[in-house]
Amino acid sequence: MLCDNCKEREAVINLTQVEHDSKVTLHLCDQCAQAKGVETGASVLKSPLGGFITAMGKGAANVLPTPADGLRCAACGGTLRDFRESGRLGCAECYDAFDGHLRDLLRRLHGSSQHVGERYVAPGDAEADPRRRLLDLKEQLRRAVENENFELAAELRDRIRVLE
Amino acid sequence: MIDLSLLPDGGMSWLDASGPKGSIVLSTRIRLARNLQGFAFSQRARDADRNAILTQVQEAAAASARLSGAVTFRLDQMERADRQLLHERHLVSKELAGLDRESRPRPGAALLVQGPVGVMVNEEDHLRLHGMRSGFALEEAYADLEAADAELGRLLPFAFHPEFGYLTSCPTNAGTGLRASVLIHLPGLVLTKEIGKVLQGLSQVGLTFRGLYGEGSEVVGNFFQLSNQTTLGKSEEELLDHLGKIVRQVVEYEEQARDILLREATTIVGDKVWRAYGTLRYARTLTFEETMNLLSGVRLGAGLNLIPGLGVYTLNKLLIFTQPAHLAALEGRSTGDPELPAVRATYVRRILDAEAG
Repeated sequence: MLCDNCKEREAVINLTQVEHDSKVTLHLCDQCAQAKGVETGASVLKSPLGGFITAMGKGAANVLPTPADGLRCAACGGTLRDFRESGRLGCAECYDAFDGHLRDLLRRLHGSSQHVGERYVAPGDAEADPRRRLLDLKEQLRRAVENENFELAAELRDRIRVLE
Repeated sequence: MIDLSLLPDGGMSWLDASGPKGSIVLSTRIRLARNLQGFAFSQRARDADRNAILTQVQEAAAASARLSGAVTFRLDQMERADRQLLHERHLVSKELAGLDRESRPRPGAALLVQGPVGVMVNEEDHLRLHGMRSGFALEEAYADLEAADAELGRLLPFAFHPEFGYLTSCPTNAGTGLRASVLIHLPGLVLTKEIGKVLQGLSQVGLTFRGLYGEGSEVVGNFFQLSNQTTLGKSEEELLDHLGKIVRQVVEYEEQARDILLREATTIVGDKVWRAYGTLRYARTLTFEETMNLLSGVRLGAGLNLIPGLGVYTLNKLLIFTQPAHLAALEGRSTGDPELPAVRATYVRRILDAEAG
């Protein structure tokens, strides 16, 4: 939809105003909305990433491939370029693989890269919590069946029965 | 057709308008984004991974105290109208429900619900836990959620980094993974034209606003969702405190605006409210958007005690059941039925007639 004001650019925001007792919705482009004193936050509304694609690089240099773009995560095979294009990381290990770039980005996005919230303690020693152990065994069983390792599967099934 | 009676309260206890500031704040919703170690994030995961993730989450839920009775909805096996129904009920995102044009839900896409807590599985992150409460109730919503998160976290290995916190597919959610949003009705600020300033102020204090259905949705009927923009570098409590403080302020501004309207524009406001009520009560066709806008006016009237005997709960119910998929399900129509606007008007008339006695 074109902007109701300039009728040139694509409308990115719907501004509802009350004029002469009736509500009028204007479809405005970013520039016209700003001229009307509305902080559009268009990028925020349109994309969950906000302005982070622009935050990632400085100006036009961002469009040109940089040597770092080829950086690859050993765990999932995703590259820094994939991330720049999709805005999504491939896996948890990407945070280590691209750690310098992400630290920078996180600081720009959040004002900090240091988590200060709840500290997570991963399910510890599987032996410690029988419920956790049971889930582990079930997962192993699933994999064994998938790989047609029926001998192992039978053994795992027996151990699960005991625990249950 | 899905059986929503499987949900003890239809997943709608947040609608009952019993919560604090219920006539201005409809609901409070908080979500936590979590991913499982050892699997690629949703977009890169293989279908087999997604199914394994769902199985693991279901098993962990069954072994937990909070979610052992959870109902599972497999979005990947549901008809579009049913998926839309869950979305209209604010239980699943558009992405999980695969409602965008030409999109389908991902294999393994599911929702687990028990009471006020839900878990979306295989959304943008492996798990999106949410807690919903009626009215303005950040602490209560978080208490529900925190307990469920802690239990699942003991049973499933979440991806966590000592510096970056909980790791998420999109870095905008990393750290706490927490997004709290308050669905708030601000007709007073819109009518007094103060809304622009308020919304502008939000971005300066690290908050953001969205429409009725969250990310990417339009503002209709003067309903806004206010939420935190950042998720890292502040603790969960700090994030909730900050949002709470600002929302309290916005509620106060809204109340002031309503006082001014009532004092200085009594006739104009009264006329608006009663015209909206009159149209809803007697119209023969109503589109959803028109209904939302009229409900906004009537809701303002109920808040100002201009319309005696009209409960906010009734208005909340209308808000949900006049949505296309709800209305279609209720009246045995298809969502594409051209007669839906007429069906909607009949439904609204029936409810308002009953309320008026």
